[in-house]
Amino acid sequence: MFYREAGQFKTSYKADQALFPILQDRIGIAAILLIAFVAIPLFASDFFLTSIMIPFLVFALAAIGLNVLTGYCGQLSLGTGAFMGVGAYAAYKLTTAFPDANVIVMVLLSGVFSAAIGAVFGLPSLRIKGLYLAVTTLAAQFFLEWCFIRIPWLYNDNASGAIEVPRREMFGFIVTGAEALPITRYFVVLCITAGIAYLMANVLRGRIGRSWMMIRDMDIAAELMGVRPLQTKLMAFAVSSYICGVAGAMMVFFWLNAAEPSSYSIRLSFQILFMVILGGLGSLGGAFMGAAFIWILPVLLKFVPGMLGMDIAAETVEHATFMIVGALIIFFLIVEPHGFARLWQIAKQKLRVWPFPY
Amino acid sequence: MNAFVADRAPAPVEDAGERELLLRVDNVSLAFGGVKAITDISFDIRKGEIRAIIGPNGAGKTSMLNVINGFYHPQEGTITWQGKVRRKMKPYEAASQGIARTFQNVALFKGMTTLDNIMSGRSLKMHRNFFWQLLWRGPAEREEIAHRRKVEDIIDFLEIQAIRKTPVGRLPYGLQKRVELGRALAMEPELLLLDEPMAGMNLEEKEDMSRFIIDVNQEFGTTIALIEHDMGVVMDLSDRVVVLDYGKKIADGPPEEVQASQAVIDAYLGVSH
Amino acid sequence: MLYDIFIDPFVQMYDMPDFFLQVLWEGFVAGILYALIALGFVLIFKASGVFNFAQGIMVVFAGLTLVGLHENGVPAYLALILTIGVMGVLAYGVERVVMRPLVNQPEIILLMATIGLTYFLVGFGEFVFGGEPKQMITQELGLPTGSTAFEIGDRGLIILQHIDIAAAVIAVIMVTALGLFFNKTRIGRALRAVADDHQAALSVGISLNQIWAIVWFAAGLVALATGIMWGARSDVSFALEIVAFKALPVLILGGFTSIPGAIVGGLIIGFGEKIGELYWGGLVGGGVESWLAYIIALVFLLFRPQGLFGERIIERI
Repeated sequence: MFYREAGQFKTSYKADQALFPILQDRIGIAAILLIAFVAIPLFASDFFLTSIMIPFLVFALAAIGLNVLTGYCGQLSLGTGAFMGVGAYAAYKLTTAFPDANVIVMVLLSGVFSAAIGAVFGLPSLRIKGLYLAVTTLAAQFFLEWCFIRIPWLYNDNASGAIEVPRREMFGFIVTGAEALPITRYFVVLCITAGIAYLMANVLRGRIGRSWMMIRDMDIAAELMGVRPLQTKLMAFAVSSYICGVAGAMMVFFWLNAAEPSSYSIRLSFQILFMVILGGLGSLGGAFMGAAFIWILPVLLKFVPGMLGMDIAAETVEHATFMIVGALIIFFLIVEPHGFARLWQIAKQKLRVWPFPY
Repeated sequence: MNAFVADRAPAPVEDAGERELLLRVDNVSLAFGGVKAITDISFDIRKGEIRAIIGPNGAGKTSMLNVINGFYHPQEGTITWQGKVRRKMKPYEAASQGIARTFQNVALFKGMTTLDNIMSGRSLKMHRNFFWQLLWRGPAEREEIAHRRKVEDIIDFLEIQAIRKTPVGRLPYGLQKRVELGRALAMEPELLLLDEPMAGMNLEEKEDMSRFIIDVNQEFGTTIALIEHDMGVVMDLSDRVVVLDYGKKIADGPPEEVQASQAVIDAYLGVSH
Repeated sequence: MLYDIFIDPFVQMYDMPDFFLQVLWEGFVAGILYALIALGFVLIFKASGVFNFAQGIMVVFAGLTLVGLHENGVPAYLALILTIGVMGVLAYGVERVVMRPLVNQPEIILLMATIGLTYFLVGFGEFVFGGEPKQMITQELGLPTGSTAFEIGDRGLIILQHIDIAAAVIAVIMVTALGLFFNKTRIGRALRAVADDHQAALSVGISLNQIWAIVWFAAGLVALATGIMWGARSDVSFALEIVAFKALPVLILGGFTSIPGAIVGGLIIGFGEKIGELYWGGLVGGGVESWLAYIIALVFLLFRPQGLFGERIIERI
C-alpha cells in the first residue's frame, strides 16, 4: 500500500518507457538527488566527504563500468583495476602535457585511452568465453601493472615512481591538488558519476543495451538474430573501460592526490567485482548499493572497537575486518545470489501488498 | 487487421511447386570430424509455402536448418538464397537478409522481459548510433517508440499482452515457445525456420500454435520451413514435405505422396537390412 | 634489435649450456609448484564445477598453520598431523557453510564465494598467526636441505637444491596416488559421476555433500604439500597469493578437469616463464615473469580454445 501503482495509467509508449515510470520511484530519486546535491554539502563534515562520499562515488562509477561488461554483456573481467589505472595515468599525462587545459575535460578524455586498451584486450572474447576470458583480463591486469612500473615516461620520470596530481583551477576554484577543498571535489565527482549513470541508463534501455543482454543471455541465438558478436562485445569492452578509466582518473585526481602502480592492483579489481556481484549483476542501482556496502562497511568496522571503548591494535582490527567482510560476502551470496538489487525488488513487492503477505 | 499485417501483401494462392524460388540447397554435405551429419542433400523452398522437414531422431534436420541460417558451414554444396549462390552464409548475413528462426530447445534471452525479447528481434532494423542512445531524448526515443508499436502489434497477434513485462524465465514452456515465435516474427522475415515449434505441447497448445503458423503464412505471406514430429500437424499444415534419414534425403513432395512412399515407411517403422 | 630478439638468446644458450640447463631446472621446479597448485584447483573443479580461487590461500594457510603450531611448541610431526586435521575441519566447514547452501548457483556466484573465502582465510590466518613472513620448518620435518653440483662434461656445472628434488618426487607420488584414487576406487568413480552431472549422480544415490567434503579435504592436503615445498624455497607469506593466480593460465593450457593436463600445463608455464625472463626479459627491462604466463596462455587459447587435451567443441542449438 506504500508502493502502489494502481491508478497510474500510462497513455503512451513514451510514458511506459520512461526511466522511472512509477510516481513513487520518481519521488524517491528526487529525494536522493536532493540529499546528494543539497543536504550533504550543507551538513557533512570534511572527513565524511573525503573518507566516505568521494570514494563511494568513485567506486560506484567503476562498478557501473564493470557492470556494463559483466552484468549486462556477460563477460567476466578481472582487469578492472588496471583499466582504472590506464585512466589515471592517461589523465596524469594529459594534464601535465597540457597544463592550461580544463582538468575535468582531461579526466573525461582519459577514459578514451582506457577504452582503446580495453577494446584491444577484449579482442580475444570472440573466441574465448567464461572463465577462460578471465585469463585474458588477468593478462591485462598484470601486463598493465608492469607497464605502470617499468615505463618511466608514464609518470614523467618521477623519482618516487608515483603520479602526483598537480594543482589545477577552474572558474577560480581549486579543483585538484592537495589544496582543493573536499566540497569542490565532492561536487565534481558527484556530477560526473550521476551524469554517466544517467547516460548509461539511456544506453542500457535502448537497442545497444539490449544487444549486450542478448549476448549475455544466449550468444548463439543473438548471433542468429543478426547481432554481430565481435562488434557488440568490443563495444561493451570499450564503454566499460571508458567508465572504469574515468573512475580511475577521478580516484587519483579527486580523492588520493597521488597514486602508485600498487593502487591499481588486482585487489582493486576484486573489490569492484564484489561491488557488482553483491549489488546485483545487471543493475545500475545495484552498483551504488554494492559500492556503499563494500566501501563503507570496513570504514565503519574500524570505528566499532573505539566506540565500544576497547583498545585494540589497528593491525588486529584490519585482520578482523578482512574476516568479517569475507564472511559477509559469503553470507549475502547465500541469502540472495542476485544481490541487493533483487532484495530491493522484493522489498518493493512487500511494500506494494502491505499489510497483506501477498 | 492491424498495421503490422497491413503492409504485407497476402501470398497469391497457387500450386506450391509452381511458385517463385526462394531458397535452394544443392548437394550439401556436412561432417563433424568423422561423423557425417548431412550427406549430399538438395531441395528447394518456394515463396509463400509451408515446407516441412521430417525424419527420425538424428536424421540431420536441425543441422540442415543450421546450415541454412549460417550457423554451420557445410563442407560441400551451395546455397542459393534469393537468386544469389554461395558456399556458406554468415549468421549475421542470413539474419539481415530475412531468415529468422526459432529453436528446438527454447533459446530466449532469459534475463529479459517478453517485451524486450520481442524488441530484440527489431535489432537489425534499428540504426540510431551510440551517441543518440546516450541522449535518448529525440531520435533514439522516437525510433524506440516506432518499433515498440510494431512489437505491440505482434504481442496482440499472439495474445500475450498480459505477460508483456514478465521475465521470460518465469513463463511456462508453451508461452515461451510463443514468445520465441514473436521474436522471430519481429524480424519481419522472408523465410521463417521453425525447429519443432510444438514439441512438448499439449493438444490445445498445439492447436493454438498451428493456427498462428497458418495465420503467419497466409496473412503476412511469410515462407515457413518447419521441423515437426507430429505427423498429423505436418500433413495438415505443410504444402510440401522433405524427409531425411541418416543425413540423406529419402523423399520429397506433397504430404500425401510422401506418406505413401515406401522409403519413408521403412525409415519410420524400421526394416531389416 | 632483431639480432637481440631472434639470434642472441640462442647463441647464449649454446655458449653457456650450464646456465641454460640451470634455467631449465629452475623452470622445471617452478612448473612443478604451479602444477601442484593447479592440481588443487582441478580436484575441486572436477567434482563440483567450482573454480576455487581460495586454493592459493589454502596453500599459505596450511603452511602458516604448520609453522605457527611449531612456533608455539608443538613438535614438528605432531604439528603436521594437527595441520592435516585443520585442513579436514576446513574442508568440512566449507562444504557445510559455503557449498551446500550455494548448490545449483551459476558458476560466477560460486567463484565469488571462494573469493569471499579467500578474504576470510587471509583475515583469519593473519589474525591468529600474525602477518609477517615465516620460515618453513624444513629440517624439523626431516626434509633434505643443501644442494649438489653436477658437472656438465667440461662446460660448467649446475646446482640442484635437494628440496627441489624432493618436491618433484612428492609431486609425482601425489599425482599417481590421486590418479589411482580417481580410477580404481568406489569414491573415485562416484566423484567422476558427480563431475559429469550433479543431478544424475544424486539420482543414483551418490551423496554430493560427502563427495565435496572429500575433494576439499584432498585439495587441502595438496595445498599443505605445496605450502611446505614452497615455504622451504622462500618463506611462508601471503605474497604467494599472487603466485597462485598463475594456476589459472596453467589450467587453461591443461584443461580444467585433467590431472595430467595440470602437470603438463604447469611445466610449460614454468619453462616458458624462466626462459622468457632470463633470455628475453632484459630487452624490455625485466620483470616479465609477472605477466608472461598469462600471455602464453592467451596466445595458446587463440589457436586452441579447447585447451591442450580438450576435444574440439561443437556448438549445438
